[in-house]
Parts: sequence; structure tokens; C-alpha cells
Amino acid sequence: MVGIVVVSHSERAAEGIREIAREMGGDARIEAVGGTEDGRIGTTPGPIREAVEAADGSGEGVVVLVDLGSAVMNAELALEEAAVDEAVVADAPVLEGALNAAVAATAPDATVEAVREAAEDAADVSKL
Amino acid sequence: MDRATQSEAIREATAAMADRMAAEKSFLTDLDSAIGDADHGANMNRGFQAALERLEDADDDPATLVKTVGVALVSEVGGAAGPLYGGSLMKASGELEDGVTAESSVAFAERYLETVEERGKASVGDKTMVDAITPAVHTYKKAIEVDDHDPLEALGKAVDAAERGVAFTTPIRAKKGRASYLGWRSVGHQDPGATSTLYLLEELFAVAEEHLDGDVEIDAEADVDPEELEEAAADGNGGGGP
Repeated sequence: MVGIVVVSHSERAAEGIREIAREMGGDARIEAVGGTEDGRIGTTPGPIREAVEAADGSGEGVVVLVDLGSAVMNAELALEEAAVDEAVVADAPVLEGALNAAVAATAPDATVEAVREAAEDAADVSKL
Repeated sequence: MDRATQSEAIREATAAMADRMAAEKSFLTDLDSAIGDADHGANMNRGFQAALERLEDADDDPATLVKTVGVALVSEVGGAAGPLYGGSLMKASGELEDGVTAESSVAFAERYLETVEERGKASVGDKTMVDAITPAVHTYKKAIEVDDHDPLEALGKAVDAAERGVAFTTPIRAKKGRASYLGWRSVGHQDPGATSTLYLLEELFAVAEEHLDGDVEIDAEADVDPEELEEAAADGNGGGGP
């Protein structure tokens, strides 16, 4: 199964987003990572890399959802170093993208590209 | 200058930069609280303290030392400055594998700028550290390669250029980074990342001055050339990015 990593500046936000995404994509493999290693608001590449490697349990690849600025850059840095075959950052809103990705990842024929596209579709959803 | 002296100078420069970040911690955080998330001073201070610690066990080789500083900043800073400063130092350190020369330092500077632009997807005029780095790197390259200045004189000119770049960030609207969320309210504030870039360059110059021959005064006011800055801006915008 394609794995999903949710990266936020806040650990609680990352975990909350995972909680919401799991409601729809219950069986998806989702890792949540957020905050700095000493518990402040921010992101660092080390824990993101570990989460990506953990999410790639069966080697079918990983899609990473990110929130603001440094989360994007640190996720990119983490992917350059991570020991996984295929992992991408989705250009998507972090919450809606994670929910879409979780649903897509549980499809029997899911691929990294399909999960990423599903996540990125969330950018076009109008709420009103 | 032999490798051992180069390594010594890199260690001294890192120590001087760490002292400067400690001294400017509150000021940088004040700048960042006006238009950002109020952590730049503390983040840079923490990152450079970690870099100093990691350098204690690092091998005396210029590329290794610079890479070690980069790795420390990436792991410890926690904000966007981590991947921007640290990731770019890591990548640019590869240019110093055969030691620090006038030629390799130009390659280092260019690679550093390129990496910051790519990672941050920022160009000149976005009100970011790129506004200080671009004029500094372009001026340094021109001083060495076109005007045949020695590295110390070139670095002095680069510091002047960075200072004018920092001033340029104040009256413009942010298009990248946390400040961009403020839109027009970002106008009138000096960019923290451009400012810390200038401080680090000033420290690099001070240490270079102790190790290289030459007598150079830094005086941004004496050498203002607005055309040069515009030229740098035009070149920077041609380099891609939104």
C-alpha cells in the first residue's frame, strides 16, 4: 500500500489531520510528523525522513503532504536522503489533501502517482 | 594559504558568526516578529551554537568543515532558515573539495545562491535573503573574474552589495516566505533573512581580513551604484522561479 506522511509545523496539527484522514481512509498507512525535535513549532528534515521510511513499509512508495514554507523545504531535503524507491511531495492543501490521499491509497490498484493526483485534486475543490 | 590555515579560518569564521548571531538574536527576532513568526534570531543562534559543537569533532578539511556547519543548521534551526542556509552550505561545500581559492570561492558563492533560489523558489525582489545574496555573489564574481581584484577586496565589495540589498528589502512587498501572508503590511520592514545574511558576510570578511593580505575598508555609502543593483535584479529574475 502507498504510504502517506502528514508534515505540519505543529505535532498536534499533524496528528489531528491524520485523525481526520483516517475517518475516511481507515486502513491507509499514515505517519504524522510535526514540530521541531525539542517540541517547538517548526519542522526539521530528520524526523520527516524517518516518517517517510516508516510509511514505506511494503516498498510501494510514499506521498508527503505539507503545510507552510519550511515544511515544504524540509520535506524535499528529507526525500533526497530517505532510503525509499519512490516518494513525492504533493502540491496540495495539507488537510484536504491528506483525506483525499488516504481514500486513494486504500484503492486496490493505488500507485504513488494516483495518490498524489488525488491529493492535488483537493486544491481545486470549492467550498462555497 | 595552505589547507590547515584554510581550515583554521573556517573554524574562526564559524565562531565569529556564532558570536554575532548570539549578539543579534533579539534584533533578528524583533525584525521577524514584525513580518514573520518571531523565531529567526533564536533559530540562527541555536543553529550556530550547534555548528560550533559539531565542528569540534570534524576533520580539518575545508569542504568537510563547511558541510558540517550546513548539517548542523539543517538539523537544529527548525525554521525555513535551516534548509536555506544549511542545505545550501551542504551543497556548495562540494566546490571547496580542492581547497579555498579565488576560483573555488566564486564557484562556492554561485552554487550557494543557486541552491537558495531553487530551494526557496525565490527571486530578487521577493523580499527574502535572495535580495542580499544575489548582489553579494554577483559583485564578488565580477570583482574577481572581471576586475581582477584580490579575494579580500572582492569580499569587501560583496559585503557592501549585501548591505544595499538588505536596504532594498525594506520598501518592497514580500512575495515569498511567511511575510508574504501579510501582503502590503510587509512593506516598510527590513527582511530578517537578508539581514542575517549580511551579518554572516560581515563576520566572514572580518576573519578573511586577518588571514589575507590587503587593506580594505567596508563602506557601503562610499560606493553606491544603483545600476549595479538593478543589473543584479535583472539577472536574478532571468534565472527562473515564479
